[in-house]
Amino acid sequence: MNGAKKILVADDEPNILLSLEFLMRKSGYEVFIARNGSEAIDIVKKHNPALAVLDIMMPDIDGYQICSFIKNSDEHKACKVIFLSAKSKDADIQKGMEFGADYYMTKPYSTRALMQKVNDMLQA
Amino acid sequence: MLSSWLIVLFSLIYLALLFFIAYRVEGSKQKKRSFFQGPVVYALSLAVFCTAWTFYGSVGKASKEGLGFLAVYIGPTLISPLWLFLLRKIIRICKTQRITTIADFISSRYGKNLSLASIITVLCFLGVIPYISLQLKAISDSFDLIISPDFKMKSGSFGLIGDTGLIVALCMALFSIVFSTRKVESNEQHTGMVVAVAFESIIKLFAFLAVGVYVTWILFDGFGDVFSRAFVFPELRNLFVVQQQFGYSDWLWIALLSGIAATLLPRQFQLAVVENTDESHLKHATWLFPLYLLLINIFVLPIALSGSMMFPGNGVNGDYFILDIPMQMNQKALALLVFIGGFAAATSMIIVDTIALSTMFSNHIAMPVLLGSDYRIKNPLFDLSRFLLNSRRFGILVILGVAYAYYHYISKYYSLVSVGLISFVSIAQLAPAIIGGLYWKKGNKKGALSGLIAGFAIWFYTLVLPSLVGSGIIQSDFVQYGPWGIEWLKPNQLLGFTGFSPITHAFFFSMLFNLGLYVLVSLNTKADDKEQNQAEIFVNIFKYEKIMDAAPVWKGQASIPDMESLLANFFGEQRSRNAIRNFSIRNQISSEQEKADPKLVAYVERVLSGIIGSASARIMVASVVKEEEVKLAELMDILRESQQLMLLNRELKRAKSQLELANHRLKEMDELKDDFLATVTHELRTPITSIRAFSEILFDNPELELDDRQHYLQIINKETERLSRLISQVLDLEKYDSGKQKLLLEEVYVKELIQESINSIKSLADEKKLNLLVDVDPELLNMILDKDKMMQVLINLLSNAVKFTESGGLIQVSALRRDDQVVLSVKDTGRGIEPEYQELIFDKFFQARNQTIRKPKGSGLGLAICRKIVELHGGTIEVLSEPGKGATFVITLFITD
Repeated sequence: MNGAKKILVADDEPNILLSLEFLMRKSGYEVFIARNGSEAIDIVKKHNPALAVLDIMMPDIDGYQICSFIKNSDEHKACKVIFLSAKSKDADIQKGMEFGADYYMTKPYSTRALMQKVNDMLQA
Repeated sequence: MLSSWLIVLFSLIYLALLFFIAYRVEGSKQKKRSFFQGPVVYALSLAVFCTAWTFYGSVGKASKEGLGFLAVYIGPTLISPLWLFLLRKIIRICKTQRITTIADFISSRYGKNLSLASIITVLCFLGVIPYISLQLKAISDSFDLIISPDFKMKSGSFGLIGDTGLIVALCMALFSIVFSTRKVESNEQHTGMVVAVAFESIIKLFAFLAVGVYVTWILFDGFGDVFSRAFVFPELRNLFVVQQQFGYSDWLWIALLSGIAATLLPRQFQLAVVENTDESHLKHATWLFPLYLLLINIFVLPIALSGSMMFPGNGVNGDYFILDIPMQMNQKALALLVFIGGFAAATSMIIVDTIALSTMFSNHIAMPVLLGSDYRIKNPLFDLSRFLLNSRRFGILVILGVAYAYYHYISKYYSLVSVGLISFVSIAQLAPAIIGGLYWKKGNKKGALSGLIAGFAIWFYTLVLPSLVGSGIIQSDFVQYGPWGIEWLKPNQLLGFTGFSPITHAFFFSMLFNLGLYVLVSLNTKADDKEQNQAEIFVNIFKYEKIMDAAPVWKGQASIPDMESLLANFFGEQRSRNAIRNFSIRNQISSEQEKADPKLVAYVERVLSGIIGSASARIMVASVVKEEEVKLAELMDILRESQQLMLLNRELKRAKSQLELANHRLKEMDELKDDFLATVTHELRTPITSIRAFSEILFDNPELELDDRQHYLQIINKETERLSRLISQVLDLEKYDSGKQKLLLEEVYVKELIQESINSIKSLADEKKLNLLVDVDPELLNMILDKDKMMQVLINLLSNAVKFTESGGLIQVSALRRDDQVVLSVKDTGRGIEPEYQELIFDKFFQARNQTIRKPKGSGLGLAICRKIVELHGGTIEVLSEPGKGATFVITLFITD
């Protein structure tokens, strides 16, 4: 899979992680999975992914903090960020966008819509 | 003999000290003042009741009449508990109506009648001035005695300093002028003077006790010794037998008379009512004052008896035994102390009575005369407040001048006690009008006036006229045979009554006619509207005091500038304007418009009353207001309205605060519910997300391997289970919260309960290779509980233990009985719980909100439900844990047979 775009997927629900990993890989991306915030940060630093798909509520470091880490670093700020969260209030969504996210989807989401968005983002 | 210079020097030092105390107190800071205005000072100041008459005269009376002297102190002692009702009511009335003299109190009650106030002022003068002169006599007698070489009484001594009485009178005038007429105030309180009087009470008590101790324990060998030696003399032994001539009834009358006097004498009224700063001080006064009386009387008999033994025969006046004894024994310092004590007793009485009387003089005589003349109209710039102060100063000089003259020409001929009691009888004449006025609405001005005049006339006829016989003004035939020889008019035996002593006789007849006329005339005449209004307010003061401020008792037209200029007469323009503005703001009335609100007019009248008395205040206000009479019915309506408005207001306020509280609680509950709902939805979304994702994957990827397919279907299945578990737990919890959940109680074998719970998690435990240990108290057989629910609790705790314990760990379940308690515990060797979370883990969704301990997953409701179940059983659940060393969940249940 040389040259495949790298995607970080972070969530503390193993089953969600599993489904996302399956979907991304099938679309031809190189997937890195993180079960918590600090793993996610490590992956960003190590692999500099093109896209980060982040859950918000995670143990240790939450999605907001990962997002602002990405968007505030010169090396990684090109990385797109999609939030996938059970937080569905308008205020939550607005807060996510303020942290610099590129897209926000509330759980449960349509996997087809998600993959459509991912592909759009990475082809542009 | 002591040098007169020494005595004069000490007297002057003592007076200077009094000035100093009063001056310092007047100038002291508010903080210190609170002590000076406290209950002890208040009670001590009331001891002004004990004048030189007590100090010297009690011993004199005891040496002549034995226990008779005590009646004068027993009366006030018995009456003092009544002060809690009587004086409290009077104080409340005086504060709300701004009454500052006893004459004003009566005149205000009976329609703010000017003539009543003036008459009472004159009567108080007649009653009290002889009493003041008596004090002058005591001072000058004791002075003459202490400097004379043979300590025999001489009349009219002229020592180095001329006439002692005159000098004392002048000093007293100076003190009274300095401390009572410095400025115009509307409450007439003089803290400096009160503290000085309290100080004098201490001095006189100390001096008396000093002599008492000296006589009883140094000259003699204790009380018993004094009495046993005295009883050798038959005439002294006889003192302790109640006199056959008048007997017990006389004693009781005198006690009653003294009780009334201790309450109503102008100086007592001044200190107990006008100078009162806090009604609660009365409570202390009702025991401190009698205690003071007891202390100052303890040594009266020993001193009287030893004096009688030391100076047999009639050569020495018993009135001065207390001074004679130390002189005889050559105890100069003690004699000096006694002199100063007597000086204190006399001066305190003179000062307070003079101040009280001078206020009456200026308010009820001088002011009305001025207001009645057209002098003010001709001189519009006339300074009223200076006139007021000057009339008070003048009043003080007149009072002391007359008292001195009386002393000089008349009172030298009497013993101390007789003049005191004569004064008591005169003041007692005020009692029917005051007490009737407080409790009997029908009592009216005509009744009060006729009662008072009759009472005073009889007093004058039966006590004052006979007393003038001694000085030669009146022929002695008058007393012996009656005027013109008419027997039944004999002043000491009216209508042929012979059973009473002269004092009791006068007291009885004057009160009989006073009270009788007061009641009869009141019943047969009609009070006018003004009177009825005041009667209503006085009798029901506790009902009206709060609304006095807001109740307009004036009708008619007045302008605000007029009101301002009335006050400005006494307070200056700036203060007056401020006072009116403050009142307007407080009562939410406009002070901008030209026309004065009726409430404001009433307020101005009350403030003026405090300065110049209610009758004069009414005259002044009436001069600028076109008055229309307010009828009682109208007043009642106004008062009732104000009262209802206040009640309504209070009611509204309470309702509002209750509403606010309920609203606040609702909001809180709403927030909690929102919180809960948000968490529940969040928790529901997570499994649904997985279910949806894998369903779509399965649908979109028909080419998937069978293994993967099955794996994904299994995930869907598990997440569905998680979802339904969550839903049923939420519903469960809701049932517990709303109290709908009921227990199904049955007899349960504890061992079986535990075993079955363990069985359902055994496979999980085995998977993680955990050791399970069960320890059940053999004595513990069965309990009454809901088996399914308690199993739910145990399984929940056990599966948590399995979840949080690493492979190879140990889980221990035990059941122990402790008295009437059963303790079930589940112990693991897992990672434990931080102390700060040990209570919180039982909250709903605590896990979800605190992500650091989120794993491994659960619904977040398990422990909350456990707690509910245990609590429903009447038990408690808690966790004991040291982080890193495992946790023990402990359930305590109570056995009820």
